Amino acid sequence: MKHTISLLVENSFGAFDRVATMFSAKGFNLHSITIGETEIRDISRMTIVTSGDDQIIGQVVKQLNRLIDTVKVYDLTKNDRTERELALITVLYQKGVLEELKNINDIFRGKVVDINNKSITLEITGPPAKINAAVNVLLPYGIKEMARSGTVALRRGEQIKQPKKELESTKV
Amino acid sequence: MAKSKKLTGADIFFESLKRENVEIVFGYPGGATLKIYEKLYDIDFLKHILVRHEQGATHMAEGYAKATGKVGVVLVTSGPGATNTVTGIADAYMDSVPIVVFTGQVPTHLIGNDAFQEADIIGITRPITKHSFLVRDVNELAPTIRKAFYIAASGRPGPVVVDLPKDMINSECDYEFSETIFIRGYKPNYNGHLNQIRKAAKIIAGAKKPLLYVGGGVIMSDSAPELTAFAREYNLPVTMTLLGLGAIPGTDKLSMGMLGMHGTYWSNQAVNNCDVLVSLGARFDDRVTGKVETFAAKAYKIHVDIDPTAIDKNVLVDLPIVGDVKKVLEELKSAMPAAPQIDDWWEKINAWKEECPLEYDMSDGRLRAQYILERLSDLTEGNALIVSDVGQHQMLIAQYYKFNNPRSLLNSGGLGTMGFSLPAAIGASFGVKDKQIISISGDGGFQMNMQELITAVANKVPVKFIVINNSFLGMVRQWQELFHAEKYSFTDLGSSNPDFVKIGEALGIPSWSTDKIDEVDTLLEKVLDINDGPSLLEFKVVKEEMVFPMVPSGGSISDMILERLNPKRMV
Repeated sequence: MKHTISLLVENSFGAFDRVATMFSAKGFNLHSITIGETEIRDISRMTIVTSGDDQIIGQVVKQLNRLIDTVKVYDLTKNDRTERELALITVLYQKGVLEELKNINDIFRGKVVDINNKSITLEITGPPAKINAAVNVLLPYGIKEMARSGTVALRRGEQIKQPKKELESTKV
Repeated sequence: MAKSKKLTGADIFFESLKRENVEIVFGYPGGATLKIYEKLYDIDFLKHILVRHEQGATHMAEGYAKATGKVGVVLVTSGPGATNTVTGIADAYMDSVPIVVFTGQVPTHLIGNDAFQEADIIGITRPITKHSFLVRDVNELAPTIRKAFYIAASGRPGPVVVDLPKDMINSECDYEFSETIFIRGYKPNYNGHLNQIRKAAKIIAGAKKPLLYVGGGVIMSDSAPELTAFAREYNLPVTMTLLGLGAIPGTDKLSMGMLGMHGTYWSNQAVNNCDVLVSLGARFDDRVTGKVETFAAKAYKIHVDIDPTAIDKNVLVDLPIVGDVKKVLEELKSAMPAAPQIDDWWEKINAWKEECPLEYDMSDGRLRAQYILERLSDLTEGNALIVSDVGQHQMLIAQYYKFNNPRSLLNSGGLGTMGFSLPAAIGASFGVKDKQIISISGDGGFQMNMQELITAVANKVPVKFIVINNSFLGMVRQWQELFHAEKYSFTDLGSSNPDFVKIGEALGIPSWSTDKIDEVDTLLEKVLDINDGPSLLEFKVVKEEMVFPMVPSGGSISDMILERLNPKRMV
């Protein structure tokens, strides 16, 4: 089963590497991984999509927690959450299909972000399943290039009780 | 707070070591660390041991750390100096040994340029360190060193690498030492969950066939007295892992010896038949469990460990308790509602003991390692500090030496690093003054870090180096005989082995060799009396000897091999 894990890490040298290395060293599945700034200075949020049975996911969470740079790990799979992914998809087109492509784009509430006389680039945002659906529809037209951001996710707001407590430091 | 003054990175380095109460550093100088060595020339609060190869330095630091419980410190230069430490770091990671390895690095502006003696040691060691730091600002040096020592020694201990670019060591800054350093993401949990502990106590009290399975965590948390007291109070059988030996005296009637691949027959039978298995500071390693599906299959499993990742990693347990074994044992003892009634269980265990004791045959008059180790155990009354290498002799030490005290068997358990014993014994000798220190290696492992004999001589360390020479890579030979069609592929060292006595003598080490049973005691007594420097003793033993019992890799207890399948193979 797929799990979406969100973790807060120190924005320090090599923190991203440590997470990625841990996945390969332990042989865990890694479907997507993203990293970016947060509202807190010096802390980055990583969103990881992984899969495995309960024992494996348990280990993934514990191994992530074990990394010194990890401040907090949330397995969002159990929570009510918002998940989004962004895809840029460039499709080749022949005469006559441009309207069809624009219709598809509208159905997926995408944006046309680039166009020339051979190809059109769509920006589609949404849950990963929606992106997959868009990709499937566009495939027969001939996808020239595609870039997917990987999943970013957050718990829904009402679940956040004491957001700052877990960020307290230990005196050494 | 100290008054601020201009300090170089090297000054800050030594001031930090002083604040960590470091008394000894194992190192080797080089281009990137010259400034540190320049300062070291006038430093008198710590001793620097010049090794002959950086791998030796890491094993010495491990030996020192394992024997004393303090953090071992290594100081090496960049590039090859750093990469030579890798095996020792991996070894420390597997056996949870607190060491801090300072590596020189090329100046910051040259990093990534394939500069002379550059290696990405942080990248190389990432999966084999508890944590690592690259110092990129000299103002961060002191807090980094503080964190490195704290991380190495706390929680489940482990190795930490601190990479020091040359410009960080050389540059100056106004620096004030702060007494308080903060870490955000690292909070080891020492106190076990009280309700879990109470539940465990109830289950142990109600057990008919309980067994304590004790690992290295008990040794390194200094919980051996608590463990022994707990076991004695409730008359509980104790089986130990390789790293757990010494947790309870080997001569105690509650001691079952080691379990696992080369564990005692009765230990493994007890694991197979127990109804409650209490794992204390052990990690269900594959050399202990064999086939996981059949390991203690009938038992309710309680697992106490300070590292949450150890829980449910190899074997799913019924009751996990994350915490410091020492604290958990104290709580457990006071929570026990009653003593379990286990007289029948002891009867069974004793029957297994009689059914299949540890034994060996020396009726052909030829010398065996088992005999040497038995004699050594008697002559030192189980009180020596034994530093073992890896292979057959290691398993035989675990079987035949009766360890009286914790921290008295040092060896490479997880990684199985040949060449560990010789330097680790040297390292231990700087921290331990009240025990005889005996390094025991096979002829293969002895040659892997033989260069450190020079370090032993230079520092007149009173280590007794024993080589058990069977002219073979004995354990590999054993597997070749049992599982690889008797193809003794590249394990015969006999024709090319050096004359170990001459090697010792070339370095000025008093050295002896024998293959005679009746000379064993005399020669052992001789080296045990030499306390002003190293000594060397080679025993030439039967090359075809094997270690039994043996549970084949990945096998169940029922697959245990108790004796040579075909005795005729013995030449």
